[in-house]
Amino acid sequence: MAYLESFSYQLAQTLIVVVIAPLLLGWVNQCRAWLQNRSGAGVLQPYRVLAKLFQKDVVLAHGASPLFRFSPYLQFGCMVLVASIVPVIETNLLFAPAADVIALVGIFALARIFSALAAMDVGTAFGSLGARREMLVASLSEPALLMVFFTPLLIVQSSSLNTIVDTLAHREFALYPSLAFSAVAFTMVLLAENARIPIDNPATHLELTMIHEALILEYSGRHLALIEWATAVKLTVYCALGIALFAPWGMAQAGQWQLVPVAVMVLALKLALAGAGLALLETLSAKMRIFRAPEFLGMAFLLAVLGMLIYLLLGA
Amino acid sequence: MPISAQLINLMAALLLLIAFAMLSQRRIRSLIYLFGWQGAVLAANCVIVAWSTGQGHLYYSAALTLVLKVIVLPLILLYLIRRLNVQWDVETLINIPTTMLFGIVLVVFAFNLSLPISQLAGTITRSTLGIAMAIVLLSFLMMLTRRKAVPQVIGFLAMENGLFFAATSTTYGMPMVVELGIALDVLIGVLILGIFFFQVRGAFDSLDLRHMEKLKED
Repeated sequence: MAYLESFSYQLAQTLIVVVIAPLLLGWVNQCRAWLQNRSGAGVLQPYRVLAKLFQKDVVLAHGASPLFRFSPYLQFGCMVLVASIVPVIETNLLFAPAADVIALVGIFALARIFSALAAMDVGTAFGSLGARREMLVASLSEPALLMVFFTPLLIVQSSSLNTIVDTLAHREFALYPSLAFSAVAFTMVLLAENARIPIDNPATHLELTMIHEALILEYSGRHLALIEWATAVKLTVYCALGIALFAPWGMAQAGQWQLVPVAVMVLALKLALAGAGLALLETLSAKMRIFRAPEFLGMAFLLAVLGMLIYLLLGA
Repeated sequence: MPISAQLINLMAALLLLIAFAMLSQRRIRSLIYLFGWQGAVLAANCVIVAWSTGQGHLYYSAALTLVLKVIVLPLILLYLIRRLNVQWDVETLINIPTTMLFGIVLVVFAFNLSLPISQLAGTITRSTLGIAMAIVLLSFLMMLTRRKAVPQVIGFLAMENGLFFAATSTTYGMPMVVELGIALDVLIGVLILGIFFFQVRGAFDSLDLRHMEKLKED
């Protein structure tokens, strides 16, 4: 019975993350529209796009292999798995021991590799161009992401996300400058990994500058819908990861079911703030040339290393 | 850890962050703003140290820092770049990631170097000595990588900031006479260097210091 109960809570949390993901994307787009003096399409627009795409037929390119058709499901599956592992509302759920933060990076990498393979599968020029750019950005952002994780790992002395969240959320209040450095680095990695503005423009269809859009150019119908949805879930999961590592206050612990409503409210507030902040960052910065991306991600890596060094020197 | 020590650590980390930002900043205007922020953090740190240790004279140092390094020097520099018409100048820095990596190496070096010294110190701020040394070395690196005159001067001033931070963190600041002397020196130095800028530009039609190498006699 206890097993069934924890399973249902796990299922609920995963469903919540997957279902609200397009809402977060819509909120970011809406905030951007407001900041740019446009009226915007409303926060529900991503749902409408998904519904439209799910109704459409799939058009497959000649010579598309099974991998091309399989890839969207795998990407979506990876993101759902990550969404069930990252503590969002409660810690110590059923899936939590399945992977620590380092394995999480691996799951992200799996999804990315399959998206790049699928893009190259059809053999169009844009597909392989996008795949190469994606791998360039990924090869730089992944080490930075690992470095970002190491500072909280050092502070808590554990690589399990649950332990990190529990320890950081329930310790005596203390200022951690090292965590601030990691947080800045994490924001930079988040922008790069989710194809947001300084690295990639999610709204562009201009061939020469796009990265993520070039990868999915050949997809249509339900495949495209799944990929778009997976992208939204990825953004939400990244925001949730940032919240879990750097602002974990208000999350319910295992067994404290009465705290869940509060945790949901706090989560909604934090995600709304994160989305607004993301929109502000994207409005303030311009897209970089692709060759500036190594510099940007190098900065993220160095900030993460600095965070670690500061922790080792100051012990804070 | 008491809250004041935590705040001092935070300020030290911020100063290190600003030092790295200056190292990678291409625009002269943003560089001056960063310098102003560095002074502001330095003054805040001074106030925190003064408040937590009861050293009254540090309040004067903080006020001096605030007036000189946050208001007067940035204003002079902004006026200078406006007069020299270089305020939108962008320096072509090559290979920022390598410079940053070298900066990290310098930070590790400074941390190791300061470890035995800070163990001897009895102040609550002793662990920040490593960061102060790192700031001095990073400003030095910044002066080495720049070719234009104005960023070099800003690097020099940032180095002085690092020294000031080192003094506050190890011995709760220098005697007032020394501090006033240094402040005056920095002010006069910037004024004289400002005159130099005009002379350099008058002679070479540019603020690029590579032209100075032509002055060598073979």
